[in-house]
Amino acid sequence: MTLIKTQYNRRSFLKVSAAAGGGMLIGFSWLTRCSPTGEKPVAPPSEWFDINGYIKIGDTGLVTIYSPNPEIGQNVRTSMPMIVAEELDVDWKNVVVEQAPLNTGFYQNQFAGGSLSIRLSWDALRMAGATGRMMLMMAAAKEWGADVSELVVEKGVIKEKNGERSVGYGAIAAKAVGIEVPEEVELKEPKDYQLIGKPTKNVEGKKIVTGKPLFGLDFQREGMLLAMIQHPPAFGMKVTGFNEDEIKSMPGVKDAFIIDTTIPEPGWSDTNAFPQLITIVGDSTWQLMNAKKAIKATYETVSPPENSAMHAAMLKEGVENGNVSRSRTDGDPDEAFAKATKIVERTYTSPFIAHNTLEPMNFFADVKEDSAELIGPTQSPESLERAVSKLLDMPIENITINMTRIGGGFGRRLYVHYGTEAAAISKKMGAPIKLIYTREDDMTQGSYRPAYQSTYKAGLDKYNNLVAFSVKGAGLPSSPVFPDRFPAGTVDHYFAGQIPLKTNITTAAWRAPRSHFTGPVEQAFLDEVAEAAGKDPIEFRLELFDRAINDPVGEKNDYDAERYAGVLKLVKEKANWGRNEPGVFRGVAAYFCHSTYVAEVLDLVMVNGQPKIKKVWAAVDCGIVVNPEGARNQIEGGILDGIGHAMYSAMTFENGKPQQDNFGKYQLMKHSQAPMEIKTFFVENEIAPTGLGEPGLPPAIGALANALYQATGKRYYHQPFATADQG
Amino acid sequence: MSVFNLNVNGQQHQVDVDPSTPLLWVLRDNLKLVGTKYGCGIAQCGACTIHLDGIAMRSCQLPISTVGNRKVTTIEGLSENADHPVQKAWLEHDVPQCGYCQSGQIMSAVALLNSNPNPTDEQIDGAMDGNLCRCGTYTRIKKAIKTAAANS
Repeated sequence: MTLIKTQYNRRSFLKVSAAAGGGMLIGFSWLTRCSPTGEKPVAPPSEWFDINGYIKIGDTGLVTIYSPNPEIGQNVRTSMPMIVAEELDVDWKNVVVEQAPLNTGFYQNQFAGGSLSIRLSWDALRMAGATGRMMLMMAAAKEWGADVSELVVEKGVIKEKNGERSVGYGAIAAKAVGIEVPEEVELKEPKDYQLIGKPTKNVEGKKIVTGKPLFGLDFQREGMLLAMIQHPPAFGMKVTGFNEDEIKSMPGVKDAFIIDTTIPEPGWSDTNAFPQLITIVGDSTWQLMNAKKAIKATYETVSPPENSAMHAAMLKEGVENGNVSRSRTDGDPDEAFAKATKIVERTYTSPFIAHNTLEPMNFFADVKEDSAELIGPTQSPESLERAVSKLLDMPIENITINMTRIGGGFGRRLYVHYGTEAAAISKKMGAPIKLIYTREDDMTQGSYRPAYQSTYKAGLDKYNNLVAFSVKGAGLPSSPVFPDRFPAGTVDHYFAGQIPLKTNITTAAWRAPRSHFTGPVEQAFLDEVAEAAGKDPIEFRLELFDRAINDPVGEKNDYDAERYAGVLKLVKEKANWGRNEPGVFRGVAAYFCHSTYVAEVLDLVMVNGQPKIKKVWAAVDCGIVVNPEGARNQIEGGILDGIGHAMYSAMTFENGKPQQDNFGKYQLMKHSQAPMEIKTFFVENEIAPTGLGEPGLPPAIGALANALYQATGKRYYHQPFATADQG
Repeated sequence: MSVFNLNVNGQQHQVDVDPSTPLLWVLRDNLKLVGTKYGCGIAQCGACTIHLDGIAMRSCQLPISTVGNRKVTTIEGLSENADHPVQKAWLEHDVPQCGYCQSGQIMSAVALLNSNPNPTDEQIDGAMDGNLCRCGTYTRIKKAIKTAAANS
């Protein structure tokens, strides 16, 4: 039995209950959920009772659970309510899920990033469910003149242990509303879970496959105008004027102007290369698109334009001679390299790339004299609220943020400029507006994944033991190197150094930031080192983990070597590593980031000289798996995302201008290029759950590079593999 | 501006729009059928896929003036209650992640299966390659198409 302090009080519950009701304001029809299993839920209630900020119970026993975090496709709108429902002890078929609005006074960590949603809310969600269950039991006990200890709950029905009386949650909910919130509640043991760990379908699956209005771009409100923006064509440019009269006279254009969305004291989430924007407002998307094409603008240069050749030179110079801002040194790497029998040294690069969420940036805003309401796709509603408050000089309490389902995030929507732009336009127009980016606006706006270059060096002694290791990594702008991650701790003489550089191209977190580069290149490098040592790549890594387990070097190593080795051993077993099938080429990689361990084996075949990925095995240790169905989907998505971008995607620049502005020039993975099969296996343990949105991605690229080497005899150092010169 | 009569999902509609307006924006802005998605506007992502007389088309590149009296089917017209075999297969395999591209994926898959009830992997790739999924659900989509083929 686990007891946990609730840290709740009645006031905070009531406050959030009132606010949570606001979720309905989005105006979508929420009460249409029907269990994908075909099971019918209980009837819709005539009255709802707020139990706490996460739970509302209807008089028929139907339960509404509020999901606090933004849903970007990581499936938290299913997994977060599952955790509440588990502890509340209610039948999942009688659960309706609603998106909670932003409420920083009650919910914690209402953002989607860093694979943190489940990890950071695990306790809060369990507590919410367990507190609700306890309050309902206390209400029943009071009603019956019994003690709570004499009662049990099964699927939303409270019973006396002696079996005499029973009552459903729906019938007792009205009484539970007045119950004092308990100071301490009991949480279930993992062995008693009935819902957690059970493959559960996406609660919005049916709405998605029938095309219901779920996304920000789908949002409509009576009297709403549409707005589009035009930002300068190149980084380092600022708009100074445009053919305003001509644009205003075009069909369907209500107004056209330049807005300034500069935020005082901007934070990282306010990153924006183009705070001044030409804006056109009207009521037909197509007419706005046509008006946008007719814009003739003048610009001034505010910082020197950059290009891709310059970026390559900056990264090369950075790695070779740049200033190391942060580093770690164990032993004496210089001396160890001088004494080494064999040295392997390799340099890796990856380009800027765009996020390309399939739903382009958009937001609804209705700014009035003393209030602002915003609705749309954001991974960081709290950052948006703060930014809007600064922009409008309006108190936070007067701003409401509601979250729609999000058509892809990948880190892009942690940056809130498009929401503040919507607020600025609404204020200027004195009307509710929905801002819509075209694909071209979206792809050329910036906020790209940074460009990286790292040089790895390994020294082996005459027994083929790894005795020296170094990595120097430069990035535009941030370095990709994590000095305290593996293989730190496994080698006596070690150096890792970070070299940040400057660029006027704006960059952003992109799924598994920095890890998406460092994970694969480190794993591709170790593959080459293992080969130089004449060792099997998995055995070579396991030797290193043995060292980290038995006699770690240094004190601060950012991983658990046993769990790391555990996923490698699991994938080795499941993929039947060592089996050689003619014409099938295998690669392996493992990486730990975002608190989750993942190892992957990738098999590919060559078809007409092109690699075709036959199968990927993934072994994952994320602690308790809340929803195996959603968890597998995340790992599969990470694998495809990693492989697709490493193979095909790049943003390049000439005179500060992005050279790719739509999917005709920017390649994303297609159906025919996807792995034919993916098998995911989870390590079973009772460790508190960690995230899955990001950790599946880095090893996929490493395993791909290593399999490509087996297939072609060529090592792949530079992304995108399909088109970059491998030297 | 001109008046056009449209047959969408079996219902007649009349709209007064610029003749160059793509069907996508007539569906979304005028008819408020927002299941058909905007992704690129240049027929390179497939999010706006609809059927014109049963043939899969990219509605973002289809001027309203060229539609005529051909029958338009959108994701909303596929079934009343998500019980089209392709929708059922999508739910069975829990295909969607973010879900944004799935209307287009489903419309392409339905058109494929209507013309070829038992497609091979290569035929699926051929029919579906124009539908991008940024979340990486391709492997599940292929399984779902095979399930739908087996069940219809």
